[in-house]
Amino acid sequence: MSETIKTDVVIIGAGPVGLFAVFELGLLDIKAHLIDILDKIGGQCAELYPEKPIYDIPGIPYITGIGLTEALMEQIKPFNPTFHLGEMVTTMTKLGDAHFKVATDAGKTFECKCVVIAAGGGSFQPKRPPIVGIEPYEEKSVFYAVRKMENFRGKKLLIVGGGDSALDWTLNLQPIAKRLTLVHRRDEFRGAPDSVNKMRALVAAGDMDLKIGQVAALEGGDGQLTAAQIKGKEATDRIECDAMLPFFGLTMKLGPVADWGIKMEDELIPVDTGTFETNIPGLFAIGDINTYPGKLKLILSGFHEGALMAQKAFHYVYPEKRLVFQYTTSSTSLQKKLGVA
Amino acid sequence: MSLQEASPAVEAKKETMPKITYIEHDGTEHTVEAELGSTVMETALKNDIGGIVAECGGGCTCATCLVHVDEKWFPVVGPPSEEENQMLDTAFEVTETSRLSCQIKVTEKLDGLIVRTPSYQGR
Repeated sequence: MSETIKTDVVIIGAGPVGLFAVFELGLLDIKAHLIDILDKIGGQCAELYPEKPIYDIPGIPYITGIGLTEALMEQIKPFNPTFHLGEMVTTMTKLGDAHFKVATDAGKTFECKCVVIAAGGGSFQPKRPPIVGIEPYEEKSVFYAVRKMENFRGKKLLIVGGGDSALDWTLNLQPIAKRLTLVHRRDEFRGAPDSVNKMRALVAAGDMDLKIGQVAALEGGDGQLTAAQIKGKEATDRIECDAMLPFFGLTMKLGPVADWGIKMEDELIPVDTGTFETNIPGLFAIGDINTYPGKLKLILSGFHEGALMAQKAFHYVYPEKRLVFQYTTSSTSLQKKLGVA
Repeated sequence: MSLQEASPAVEAKKETMPKITYIEHDGTEHTVEAELGSTVMETALKNDIGGIVAECGGGCTCATCLVHVDEKWFPVVGPPSEEENQMLDTAFEVTETSRLSCQIKVTEKLDGLIVRTPSYQGR
């Protein structure tokens, strides 16, 4: 059964810009829910550069992606936002003035007054290997995620990759698979050492196979794989399989945003730079996903955009109220909201 | 501008600008000057060379700036670090001379470098 969640604003994307938007909205008494396709908070900061330094956050000479995410979480704590992680927004419909409906692939439905797209470079989705003729097999016998382990019981499985996803699924599926072969381009693995040891023990015991090489071609028909050719350094081997699970990490794709009737330019959303509103009133776009003359894809620009967005969103959420601009330094009412007064 | 007309200052600058040749998967060749201390990835983006995505902007965290270094040049460029090798695990059609171009710093030794860009970087 699907649940409908009613809130003021739905923010699509829980990267730094989406997180700071919670702060700016919160100061104006606007409640927010955030939805992100990743299973963690932080967006690109968490996925692409958790340990890499960022040098251009104003007032912070040096911080890592994780550090910035944690600091923002601390900053927005008083506003108690709700996160919906590991979910992709599939549809966004405007029902009326200040009335939107947003649905996710996890079956949740939201009704809200404004929508803020803070989706950065789009949604992180699995990288697809460039194997000729792979498309007809996808979602039939080639899978980029495991939704139900039972679907793989008794099957001959090929898992491709050398990271934690490949190793974890190797260890989880090996007991129920008929035969499991792990394929990786080199005999070294970047996954957790414990998982690597467990995998090597299974190989040594003859309970699974490890092939060093790259998948060069697929065999089968009607979407059903029968075998894959693995090109190694010296020879190409043919391995029979019923299903293949490639794990090559994630890449950013625009995703369903393109289908929501928003005016777009080169996969970016043009906005009014006074309000960061799109061509649809009440729908905003902030951060890397928007475009306007002079746009810079910087976190600091996204913060500014969030602040201006919140001012306009206020009028949709509280149409009868007058907005008085205040500073956190001097306003007792803002300090009360932040829990410091 | 011919060499005779060039001022000594300009000439001196040119001498320290190594040239890199990028060959796209369809055979299109670009020979461009690269700034010392920049990277082979940055030079590609600056010159609108096809086949380099560089999603993460040079952080060695996305493997979408893969190049195949010309075999003759590979010993000069050198092998990837372990960190880079781990990212190469998430790239496709990786060969013995594949590198992430964001991890190749431009030095005087690389004058004349030839790299090939792939048709697909995973997106």
